[in-house]
Amino acid sequence: MNSRIVCIAFNTFREAVRDRVLYNLIAFAVLLSGASILVGEISIDIERLVVVNLGLTAVSLFGVVIAIFIGIGLVSKEIERRTLYTVLSRPVRRWEFVVGKFFGLTGTLVVNTFFMALGVFLALLYVAHKFEKMDVWVLAALYFIVLQFLIVCALALFFSSFSTPLMSAVFTFALFVIGSLADDLRGFARITHGAGGWLATAIAYLVPNFSALNVINLVAHGGPVPGSLILYNTLYALLYSAMAVSGAVLIFQRRNLK
Amino acid sequence: MAAIEILDLEKSYLVGFWRKRPRLALRPLRLTIEEGEVFGFLGPNGAGKTTTLKLLMGLVFPTAGTARLLGCAMDDPRVKSQIGFLPEQPYFYDHLSARELLNYYAQLSGVPAKGRSARVEQMLARVGLSDSAGMQLRKFSKGMLQRVGLAQAILHDPKLVFLDEPMSGLDPMGRREVRDLIQQLRSEGKTVFFSTHILSDAEALCDRVGVIHQGELRGVGAVAELTSGKQGKVEIVFYAPEQKVPLALTGLGAEARISGDMVNAVLPEAQQEAALDVLRRERIKLISLTPVRSSLEEYYIQKLRPSPDATEAGREEADRKGAGA
Repeated sequence: MNSRIVCIAFNTFREAVRDRVLYNLIAFAVLLSGASILVGEISIDIERLVVVNLGLTAVSLFGVVIAIFIGIGLVSKEIERRTLYTVLSRPVRRWEFVVGKFFGLTGTLVVNTFFMALGVFLALLYVAHKFEKMDVWVLAALYFIVLQFLIVCALALFFSSFSTPLMSAVFTFALFVIGSLADDLRGFARITHGAGGWLATAIAYLVPNFSALNVINLVAHGGPVPGSLILYNTLYALLYSAMAVSGAVLIFQRRNLK
Repeated sequence: MAAIEILDLEKSYLVGFWRKRPRLALRPLRLTIEEGEVFGFLGPNGAGKTTTLKLLMGLVFPTAGTARLLGCAMDDPRVKSQIGFLPEQPYFYDHLSARELLNYYAQLSGVPAKGRSARVEQMLARVGLSDSAGMQLRKFSKGMLQRVGLAQAILHDPKLVFLDEPMSGLDPMGRREVRDLIQQLRSEGKTVFFSTHILSDAEALCDRVGVIHQGELRGVGAVAELTSGKQGKVEIVFYAPEQKVPLALTGLGAEARISGDMVNAVLPEAQQEAALDVLRRERIKLISLTPVRSSLEEYYIQKLRPSPDATEAGREEADRKGAGA
């Protein structure tokens, strides 16, 4: 990869770490260990189900919140503080800057998710006393969560390239919620006819399909994740985030840094 | 070869909420700066100095016109490695130390890995920050940040250095150091383009200056020429323990100022001999007699005044409006 992109990505990661973003891991650890102890006390035979459900949902929510709140400031904060001036006056192209920032944030989220995943597996070991073969699907669910983060980061970056940080946060979070209901939206589009049907179908396919990336319930019940779904979801997330980042680049390329 | 060729560069912004209308920030600017020159871009706040620098750095896009830097188009990425830039009141990544920041910029500028650390240490020493190199920038004072800014601007040994108000916010010692640094850059053969509204700095450092006001370049001239012109006046300084100015001297049209036991009188050059006769007759001790020369300040003030044509045009416009009403 281009060395300038790596350099910008590493600086973004270092900034997030030094700004104590990874402190969320402490809150996550407290939540998960508390829940595991509680579940161990009150649940009979469904400890695994509850811990996987709760753990993976927490991983997803913590990560989405970080992705939105850092993602919306990735470029706008640099413009506002004028740190960008001394970067873009060097042999750095604008698209390299945007892509570097995107990779820096996704890198931060991958590291964050890695530690949270360790927590989930420790909690699982605590309540079930051993790992089972089906626990390997928890890894697939975690991988899908990382794919969700890719899309959320890209959307936050896209909105922040032309909107205020507050509005970018609102737009990104709204799309995350709508996208999490994408399956229902597609079902609704199928039963609607006429112009409304066209509109519902367009919206259903335009919003990111986060519901396809959510297999938490499936793996909590020990169900396997099909290989084709892993392939489709990977391609879908890469394509969707690439489109959103490209949109951000296109807007940023034309932007005057007043 | 010209280091900077600005060819009718123009910038306007759209302002207003509903009905957007253009506001001209920079009128078509044509300016050439030769290699090895130290050029001062003078003007009051809001004159268009920073807009010009941002256009040249590719931070904002011109409405019309173009520029060539070191013979290349200004948006050519290759030219960026030959350029150093210090923005006005710079703000840097405050989670980094000065050493980490310079390392980061060195990587972005393409400084080879071999020798990069040595180069960073050399720059830190050059701006006097070796002792605080490991401290996070959020703990730095404004003056220290300005030094970091200068270090990052010259880190990659650029041929062309742009400095936007480099002395702003610095104490006298800091200003002196920046002046020394610009002198060093000149002796190394670099081209320096810096904006300022501190005229004494420009007078001390620049080969040429340009005055910009309300987005319009009002004049360009060599500092040596602008400050060498005689004004047809002489300045006489003499002792006056009784703090009195001889009446005969006042009669010659002298404008006198008493300061302690000395008098400083400025009078027309034609009256010089007559004034000396007065001093001899009154047995007053003469300290000095010097011709009054133009200063950069006078040139600057003159260029900032509206031109007679513009005033006339404005008056006619007002008359037309008055007649219409």
